[in-house]
Amino acid sequence: MKKFNLSKTTKDNLWTYGIVLVIALITGILLLTGNLSSLMEGLLVPICSYVILAVSLNLTVGILGELSLGHAGFMCVGAFTSAFFSKLTENVITVDIVRFILAIIIGAAFAGLMGILIGMPVLRLKGDYLAIVTLAFGEIIKNVINVLYIGIDSKGIHFSMKDSMALGLEPDGKIIIKGAQGITGTPKDSSFLIGVILIFITLFIVLNLIHSRDGRAIMAIRDNLIAAESVGINITKYKMMAFSISAALAGVAGVLYAHNLNSLMATPKNFGYNMSIMILVYVVLGGIGNIKGSVIAAVVLTVLPEVLRGMNNYRMLIYAIVLIVIMLFSWSPKCLEWREVFMEKYIRPRFAKKTSEEGK
Amino acid sequence: MDFLAHLINGISLGSIYAIIALGYTMVYGIAKMLNFAHGDVIMVGGYVIFIAVSNMGLPPVLSVILAMILCTILGITIEKIAYKPLRNAASSLAVLITAIGVSYLLQNAALLIFGSNPKTFTSVVSLASIKLFDGRITISGETIVAIISCLIIMAGLILFINKTKAGQAMLAVSEDKGAAQLMGINVNATISLTFAIGSALAAVAGALLCSAYPQLTPYTGSMPGIKAFVAAVFGGIGSIPGAFIGGIILGIIEILSKAYISSKLSDAIVFAVLIIVLLVKPTGILGKKMQEKV
Repeated sequence: MKKFNLSKTTKDNLWTYGIVLVIALITGILLLTGNLSSLMEGLLVPICSYVILAVSLNLTVGILGELSLGHAGFMCVGAFTSAFFSKLTENVITVDIVRFILAIIIGAAFAGLMGILIGMPVLRLKGDYLAIVTLAFGEIIKNVINVLYIGIDSKGIHFSMKDSMALGLEPDGKIIIKGAQGITGTPKDSSFLIGVILIFITLFIVLNLIHSRDGRAIMAIRDNLIAAESVGINITKYKMMAFSISAALAGVAGVLYAHNLNSLMATPKNFGYNMSIMILVYVVLGGIGNIKGSVIAAVVLTVLPEVLRGMNNYRMLIYAIVLIVIMLFSWSPKCLEWREVFMEKYIRPRFAKKTSEEGK
Repeated sequence: MDFLAHLINGISLGSIYAIIALGYTMVYGIAKMLNFAHGDVIMVGGYVIFIAVSNMGLPPVLSVILAMILCTILGITIEKIAYKPLRNAASSLAVLITAIGVSYLLQNAALLIFGSNPKTFTSVVSLASIKLFDGRITISGETIVAIISCLIIMAGLILFINKTKAGQAMLAVSEDKGAAQLMGINVNATISLTFAIGSALAAVAGALLCSAYPQLTPYTGSMPGIKAFVAAVFGGIGSIPGAFIGGIILGIIEILSKAYISSKLSDAIVFAVLIIVLLVKPTGILGKKMQEKV
């Protein structure tokens, strides 16, 4: 039999795509045969956007090696700019899919631009300082959107940061972004299929970036900044590249998220630092720098609280305990040593026996 | 005159932030970790005092002391169970996520026990308010107590660190754990002591915070916790006078921007000032510059 000689990276990438495909197919079949509860059905699109967010944050945290706590801010930018665009052109561009593709491009572009604007000053900082500044930026974005009023009438677009009266709209005008009430009536263009396609595009971009020359430069910066600089790698350029791509992809997740909701509001729950932290939890739990892990962690950790819903009030408590225990189990040096010993003693010998028998 | 009143309110809020930030900065200096659960220890302190005063009828001072003791125990337990095993982990992010887990745990435990309805906190301060300039400015008892206790705590901490053996041990551990251990310092005990002091300070902050803003929910501590961390970074993390200055400045900015610009934008303004300060001086106002080795 002919053997395929695939390189290790190709194999690894195929595994990642495969996992997403299998999960998507199983969910799709469950959805079509009507075996999914309505609650889970409502979760499908958010799960897709969380997966994209986790993968894109992994680019910053795992590949670039910088801790960002403001990822939800970029998602927020993508969500609001694209929802604004969709509302604006709802009657002009009538083909849903064309409008949605344009919305995705606009959301990604604005979020990426925001990433460049924020990254330029911020990426000079390191470690926890960078973390706290990104957190601050995320909060600022959320707060500003909460006081933003934008309306449109025959004279053009008006905007204000006070209230809807200050817009001074003509009688035919309508308010699109209404401060803390956000945007209502965004066309519902997102679907599970589109979400899955966007996940594949995200994976394709991120995995190809990692295994390209640029990606190796970014990882060199992560491993040793001074050494990377001394061999002629342009630190600023590559840091900005990773950060802005990560931001743009978060914007795409925001677009997906926004077009699934009837009313889009910037609450602390969906765009605040809690959300950024939740995405970080996916990344760290799935394995820093491990794209496959981010996908699995995002899916499992979003579904887990819903599975535990039967336990009512205890579910978030259990979620917290599970989180702590998994972190201790997978990162504590003592635990890792113990696991190694356990593997040596009980698991490996069996495998060794099997392969030697097969060898005969 | 209004300005003076706002300024005093700002200093009062700033003192509370400063007390939280002092705990944050000490823990960060030693354990080099963002203790996200610190804010929730404040909330636990608040609930302990609430129960002690309302249900058990203890006098306020006694209940604050009780809260300090319980929070100290809680802080040490958290450190022992959740943070210590990860001290030498390959990634410093591991302990950060665990801290987030602990924060969720405390919030949800409080949610289960006390419910999500806000509890109305009776002030632990019984000092009468002072009127200045023919009653045009009123300084509440809470404000006076907050400012004074903040000053006492900071002075006490500076004395403790510079004059006692345990304080010197803390400094040594924060600079170099390995070398400190070789000098015969018990690193584990020193770290536990730091968490104990930080958590006791959190309990005091909880008492003052809930007295000034008497709405107690399971999420009471989380935003002040984040802001206090911002204050600690602002002043230069690891520096005790820095945490104090950072806290006071943050409080003043928050109250003034609430009063004169927009109450909804005040958080954004606080964070924007932080960003500007860090861009001009990346280690904060009083932070030390670290030389990076190749």
